[in-house]
Formats: sequence, C-alpha cells, structure tokens
Amino acid sequence: MFGPTSWKAAVVAFAIVALGAGAGCRKKNADPLPASGAVAGWEKTSDTRVFAAKNLWQYIDGDSEQFLQAGVVSASTSDYKYQGQLEATVDVFTMGDSGGARKILESGQTKDAKHIQVGDAAIAYEQSVTFRKGPYLVRIVAYDDAPGTQQALIALAHGVETRL
Amino acid sequence: MKNRREFLKEAVTGAVLLGSAAAAEKLTLAGVLDQHANPHAAGKSKVVIARDASLHGASAQPDEQRVLDLLDKAMAAYTGREKAAEAWKSLIPAKILAGGVIGLKVNGLGGRGISTHAALTMAIAERLQQAGVKAGNILVWDRSARDLAACGMTINTDPARVRCYGSDAAGFEDEPASWGTAKIRLAKILARECAMVINLPILKDHGGAGITFAMKNMFGVVDQPWTLHANHCDPGVADLNCIPAVRDKVWFTVGDAISSVYDGGPGFRPERLWYPNALVVAEDRVAIDQTAWQIIERKRAEAGMPTLEAVGRPPKYIATTADAAHRLGACDPQRIRLVEV
Repeated sequence: MFGPTSWKAAVVAFAIVALGAGAGCRKKNADPLPASGAVAGWEKTSDTRVFAAKNLWQYIDGDSEQFLQAGVVSASTSDYKYQGQLEATVDVFTMGDSGGARKILESGQTKDAKHIQVGDAAIAYEQSVTFRKGPYLVRIVAYDDAPGTQQALIALAHGVETRL
Repeated sequence: MKNRREFLKEAVTGAVLLGSAAAAEKLTLAGVLDQHANPHAAGKSKVVIARDASLHGASAQPDEQRVLDLLDKAMAAYTGREKAAEAWKSLIPAKILAGGVIGLKVNGLGGRGISTHAALTMAIAERLQQAGVKAGNILVWDRSARDLAACGMTINTDPARVRCYGSDAAGFEDEPASWGTAKIRLAKILARECAMVINLPILKDHGGAGITFAMKNMFGVVDQPWTLHANHCDPGVADLNCIPAVRDKVWFTVGDAISSVYDGGPGFRPERLWYPNALVVAEDRVAIDQTAWQIIERKRAEAGMPTLEAVGRPPKYIATTADAAHRLGACDPQRIRLVEV
C-alpha cells in the first residue's frame, strides 16, 4: 500500500497534471485573435464573437455547409483596422483536425492565388489571405484595395499564426 | 450634394423639398415607357435590368445620386410612369401608401463588403416618402443590428423618422408557420408590422443554393433558416416563399446588383467581387431569380469558370418554385419579358 510519502507524491503529481491540463484548456480556449497593437498598425475594433458549429449559420449562412462537412468545431471572428483606415475581418475556424482545414483551403483555391509562407500553407489575393495551421483555418479579408493592403494582411496573418 | 443619410434626416423633419433634381431629370425612355407599360402584358412576367456603367466612378462605393437616378430609370421602365413618385404610386396600393407600414428587407449577411447598399435603400425610402408614405411607416430591417450595420444603416426606432431595426430586437412569432417542408417562426416585423415588404436582396453566388437573390433572401425572415438549407435549399426556398405572409406581403423586388460575388459566396470574397452596376426589378420572384441566375452564369463564363451545373450546385430550387405545387412565378424564359435599360 502507499505510505504517507507516496500519497503526498501522488497528490503533487495529480496537481501538476491538473494544472497542466488547466493551462492547456486555457490556451485552447484563449482568444486566437490578436489584441490591438499586437501587430504593428493593427487595431482590434470589435469584440471577438464565437460560434459553435451548430450556430455557424448565424454568421455565414450557406457558407457553413462546407465547414460542417469538413468537421468545423467553432469559429471566432473580429474586425480590425489598419492605421486607422483599412478595415478587415479575421475569421479563425477551428476544425476537428488538420484534414478539415486542408479541405477548406484547397476548395477555395483558384489559379490566380499567390502562395505565401504563413502556417502550414497559405494563399493570398490582393484583399485576402487564407492559411491553415494544424486544425485551424484562418481567413482574413480587407474591404478596400489600397496600396500595401496585401502586405498589411500578411503581417496580421503572422500575428494570428503565433497565437494558434 | 446631400448624401442619402442627410436627405433622410432632413426629409423626416420636413426640411427637404419634394421632387429632387434627380426626379426632374428627363429620362430618355419614351420608347421603353410606351412599349413596356404593363408588367404582365401577353401573360409574361416582366423583369427590368437597369444599368449605369458609371455608377461607381473611381470609388468602391456607388455614387448616391446616380443610384437614385438608376432606381428612377428602373421604375420608369417597369411601370411605364416617367415621374418617380407616380411610378411608385402606380405600384403600391393606395391604402398602404396612406397608412400601411412598408418594410424594406435588406441583406447584410455577407458583411459590409457584399450587402445591400445603403444608397439604394435610402433612395427607395426617399421615393416612397415622395409618393406619400410617412417616414415612420418605412421600416428598414434584416436579421440583426449587425446585418443592418453591414448595410450601412443605423438603428432608429423614432416613429417620426424612417425606422430601422432587426428581428433580433423585434423577435419572432411564438407559433410556427408551415408549408410543405418549411416549419418556421416568422419575424414579427413581417407577420405583424408590415402591410407589405419590398425585397432588397443583393446578387450573390451561394455555396449551397447556387445563387441567392430574391427568394433566398426570405431566409432572413425566419428564426432558423438552417432548417431550410438541405438539398441545396430545395424545396426549402420554394416552401418558405409559399407561406402566406411571405407570398402575399413580399411581392415586389428591387434587387441590388450594384456589386456582386460570382463565386465563393454568400460571404464576401474580394477576389470574386465584380460590379454589374445594375438594379433588377420585378414582381415575379421566380422570374427575377431566373434572370439573376443567368447574370451570374454569364459572369462566370467571362471569368473562364465552369457553370454552376458543372460544379454541382445549379439553383434547382428556382424550377421548384415554379412547379405545379408551388406556382410562385415563371422560370421558363419564354414566359419572361426581359427589359434592359
């Protein structure tokens, strides 16, 4: 049987595991969207909204079908503004696994997409960047096509990537 | 020049003169007016596409005055009445003009990049007031305050001004309404407040339905539209549009094809955004959607993309809305009289 020392060790070990799991949960549930100033020039202009898979239609209506088929778990979204002018929206979709994120990224890819280095794979257009990292699929769209938009979006994408 | 917001603000305080410069501008539509005065002539459903290639100029946002002018051109071609206020009076029953609430159902689901343009919504509100509708009897609405903000609208519940709020504030009926597979709760704004609703969808490709325009916009008047999305929204769209409050109150569409996405919709896809610079007007909700489908297909072909049929999502719900069970309108091109101005 366990002696007093063994019990103490077991309790300490359990506490360490529990704290670790807690920390893991906190990281997993933390807001994946960067705060204002976390990426140079970018201000977060709205609260993060989170949609569970069953409520995704409230946010993206018919778009939700492809995400559901690819195993989406939840989506987080927020609005941003760059240097007080360029407005953008960041969506982070948490998929069940990396295969789901890959499926969405590849289905939205067209010949004129530019491949860039963000996460595991990424594509960019003049006003949008989409990348995947593990089970995450991130889409960033800008509402203007001012000069420098794509570079600003890529910088924001890197900022999101570091939080995933 | 006043922008539309300023105009409406002044309109409700009586500070603006009726009969704006836009209304007074002469339209060179005499032939069209003579030829197409009756929207239902020869048993065909009339659909008007009005275009202005200069609608946007150098800006991402359309020029407000040109949108108003384009609306007038579309309405003149549709009704055969050259004067803007007369066009609206000829269309809307006098009883409603005098005291009914007229809803303007916009679509802000795609976010601010691809939502019904405020310039169009406000232009219609302006013309309705000139036709005799009290400002407070005009209600701009959608699912939520957020959707309305995406459309460039500001919430207002002051009955002395054009009102604007969403179903998130007004709520839904307690008792469900049913037709076919559709069993939904209707927005109280539609069921209780509005005598009629003018449908203001925005033209988009749709990953599930194929395209979304007039009839699909009605998914925004129910509490759980996802229940209608199965099988490419077929027969969800048709069944929903047969529910009496939808069928009987939402009978006129001024479709926003000022900008559009031809692939990757219904969300905002800047890489698939284009500017048809057009309004599409009709009473026949099936005919207008059939026409909208062809607009999307033409653009896809121009862009070298496969047809919606080829990618497995033709908007087959349109044919269902015209079948013997639904009879909501005409999808046969032979029964549609398309007028382009």
